[in-house]
Amino acid sequence: MSALQWVFIIASLITVGAAVMMVASHRMMHAALWLAVALLGVAVIFVTLEASFFAVVQLLVYIGAILILIVFAIMLTQRSTEAGSRLNSLAWGAAGVAGVIWTALTYVFIRWVVSGTPMQELGASFDDVVLLGKALVDAEGFAVPFEVASVLLLAALIGAVYIAFERKGEGS
Amino acid sequence: MGHEMLNAWLYIGLFTLVAAALPAIAIFLAGLLSPRKPNPIKDATYECGVETVGPAWTQLRVQYYLFALAFLIFDVESVLLFPWAVAYQQLPLFAIVEAIIFLAILVGGLFYAWRKGALNWQ
Repeated sequence: MSALQWVFIIASLITVGAAVMMVASHRMMHAALWLAVALLGVAVIFVTLEASFFAVVQLLVYIGAILILIVFAIMLTQRSTEAGSRLNSLAWGAAGVAGVIWTALTYVFIRWVVSGTPMQELGASFDDVVLLGKALVDAEGFAVPFEVASVLLLAALIGAVYIAFERKGEGS
Repeated sequence: MGHEMLNAWLYIGLFTLVAAALPAIAIFLAGLLSPRKPNPIKDATYECGVETVGPAWTQLRVQYYLFALAFLIFDVESVLLFPWAVAYQQLPLFAIVEAIIFLAILVGGLFYAWRKGALNWQ
């Protein structure tokens, strides 16, 4: 096996291990920190698959912003900082549903036609970021989704400001 | 792309390993070499010489969350604009106008948050 495959396998093992530790840890904050390790592992997997742009997005958005948001949310809610292993009464049902969905998705991916076709070698001049940039603003590409994404972000920003000020109005 | 890009990532991987190893070795050596003579005063928790009051897990204010959310939104915006910026020299004027509309919509949101006083720290 090549060195790259070893890196891929080690990163995958760390990712899965961190994900298991995240689910198993009793403190919410520890779960969030294990989530950081899992997300970092996914970023390394993106790098080994030569998807550099996704690796950077993974670091910038998921670890840099969403994880910070999760940590702030945990520190905002007093009760969740207490240790405790209160299993939700629906936990086993949820685990069953998740298992069924995972099995179905794995089956679909294995039976998918694309998974059987061999990958094409990309040329040395191939630059995925430039292609993505062109496609994002191309009228025949993803120009409309690109603008709709802006509206979606606007809705998220206004919604966040509105909810925060509603809470302040209640005097808490 | 290809192997040149992977080589660039290899440097980052090496830096990460060295960055993790240096403090780990320092802490390990300190634990190995330092004499252990514990007493209650030495083991006491302190912050800047002052004795601690209450637990370290304090409740944050909602303002932190709001700022993190605003950061997330503009973070995603920068990620969407990054490929556009890389391809900038190969794009027609139409594409530039599109990105300006994209930015203008979000600047409207920023202006709304500003006017609502969401960016003021109370």
